[in-house]
Amino acid sequence: MAMLEVEKLNAWYGPSHVVHDLSFAVEEGEIVALVGRNGAGKTSTLRAIMGLMPRAEGRVAFDGTSLLPLGAHARFRLGLGYVPEDRRIVPGLTVRENLELGLVAAGRTDVGAAIDEIARSFPRLKERLNQQGTTMSGGEQQMLAIARAIISRPKMVLLDEPSEGIMPVLVEEMGTLFRTLRDQGTTLLLVEQNVEWALKLAGRAIIIDQGEKVYESSAAALLADKDIQDRYCAV
Amino acid sequence: MDLELILMQLFSGLALGAILVMVALGLTIVFGMLGIVNFAHGALFMVGAYAGLWVAAQTGSFWWALLVAPIAIGVLGMAIERFLIRPLYGRSPDDPLLLTFGLGYVLVESVRITFGTDGIPFSAPEALQGVVDLGVGYFPLYRLFVVGVVALVLLLLWVALEKTRFGLIVRAGARDPLIMKVLGVDVGRLWLLVFGLGVGLTALGGVLAAPMRNVSPEMGTLVLAEAFVVTVIGGMGSLLGAVVAGLLVGIAVSMTALFAPEMATIVMFALMALILLVRPQGLFGRPGAGA
Ligand SMILES: Nc1ncnc2c1ncn2[C@@H]1O[C@H](COP(=O)(O)OP(=O)(O)OP(=O)(O)O)[C@@H](O)[C@H]1O
Ligand SMILES: [Mg+2]
Repeated sequence: MAMLEVEKLNAWYGPSHVVHDLSFAVEEGEIVALVGRNGAGKTSTLRAIMGLMPRAEGRVAFDGTSLLPLGAHARFRLGLGYVPEDRRIVPGLTVRENLELGLVAAGRTDVGAAIDEIARSFPRLKERLNQQGTTMSGGEQQMLAIARAIISRPKMVLLDEPSEGIMPVLVEEMGTLFRTLRDQGTTLLLVEQNVEWALKLAGRAIIIDQGEKVYESSAAALLADKDIQDRYCAV
Repeated sequence: MDLELILMQLFSGLALGAILVMVALGLTIVFGMLGIVNFAHGALFMVGAYAGLWVAAQTGSFWWALLVAPIAIGVLGMAIERFLIRPLYGRSPDDPLLLTFGLGYVLVESVRITFGTDGIPFSAPEALQGVVDLGVGYFPLYRLFVVGVVALVLLLLWVALEKTRFGLIVRAGARDPLIMKVLGVDVGRLWLLVFGLGVGLTALGGVLAAPMRNVSPEMGTLVLAEAFVVTVIGGMGSLLGAVVAGLLVGIAVSMTALFAPEMATIVMFALMALILLVRPQGLFGRPGAGA
């Protein structure tokens, strides 16, 4: 059984139908890249899986549990993390408090230990634990958003364009982190505009266009196929 | 006019302001988190006073009234959120406004039918009657008690919001409910609790105010207007703003009553206009926040 099974998923914003009969699966411990041009429906797909679309139909099963009847908070509690495209570091809270938000649902009381542990993977955050989260650079905020989503050790994480607007050194660091996570058994669904980078990380790739799946293959095959990349992913 | 009188009036203003702080805090917490302007808030203040009156009559103890009435009315507040307001989320912002506006009338009429239209005296317990010597003059003990209770509640509220995990969730939920959802927080339940807390605070204000004035079905009307002025001066959604502005308005009204009694109710609106001219977002409001 796959970690995530999406079957004939449809999603709407009011009258506009933005995801059409989308089906795919993500196996446990794999990184899948979900790519496509602007407005293709990548964010809408992640939001539908997470329970944030005004209307979504079809079937989404996570680790054997049907997700669509559940609220977003219940989906997180099943072990499904989400890093939204706009990062959403909470203003008025320190880096430490933002990290603690990732632990509130788990009811973990050893916050200090959990934060020490996560800070080892995020040295840039460690130095800034008492700084206001929103005063950090964009890249640091992205790292914080990722750290906050994984501090409770979810089984799977949905990432919406984590490399966007981030300097190359940090993108490299992020790539290493994602590989480590995968090697530890975490499943990742990675939406990216930085196609080459994503394909080097991922095992498989899915392209969507106008809300429909138009291509699915190994990441290596898509990486080698410049024609397909140009057709569906050119910015 | 001597200094002693002025000081006494200042203390009176503080007690008046302390009540306003309770009411305005409830209003501003609910607005800040749920984005709802609760027009039934004044009526719930009045219902709190009647609940206190009823509990005191049943138990013969003011202390039980002080403890039980705010909790009971807070639970009533949760029921209001759950069954009347929740179905309106995601619709026009006018809907909760109209609903709470109507609910206020329903509450006032229900109390009129049940308890009659006349004001009912509600006396402070014997232990709190009389006056104390503050060094500069004698001051009613009960008013001092009100200031003390409100200070204690503010302290508890501050600890709960700033020092506990529940407080962290509330503060973060006020800023960004979406991120709290995807971090596993049932935001609907959080709003239920926050609404209940807001209503409980205004009910506590009602019980505390009862011995300082008659309990009557209309007692919530003026308080609601005053609490609106306080939240606007303090900044919609700002808790610190509600506290500072509540005391400020209480003192301003009280001092004006001393020097120009006929101006007493107008002064708070003048204060509001003045502050809005200088700081449109209110004393502690975030620019651009609020309606
Ligand atoms: N809040 C919204 N209300 C209405 N339509 C929306 C909304 N958000 C997105 N859309 C529309 O839904 C479609 C899919 O958008 P989506 O954000 O999922 O694309 P995307 O693939 O993530 O694009 P990008 O690469 O630019 O992030 C687009 O046509 C977009 O205009
Ligand atoms: Mg997007």
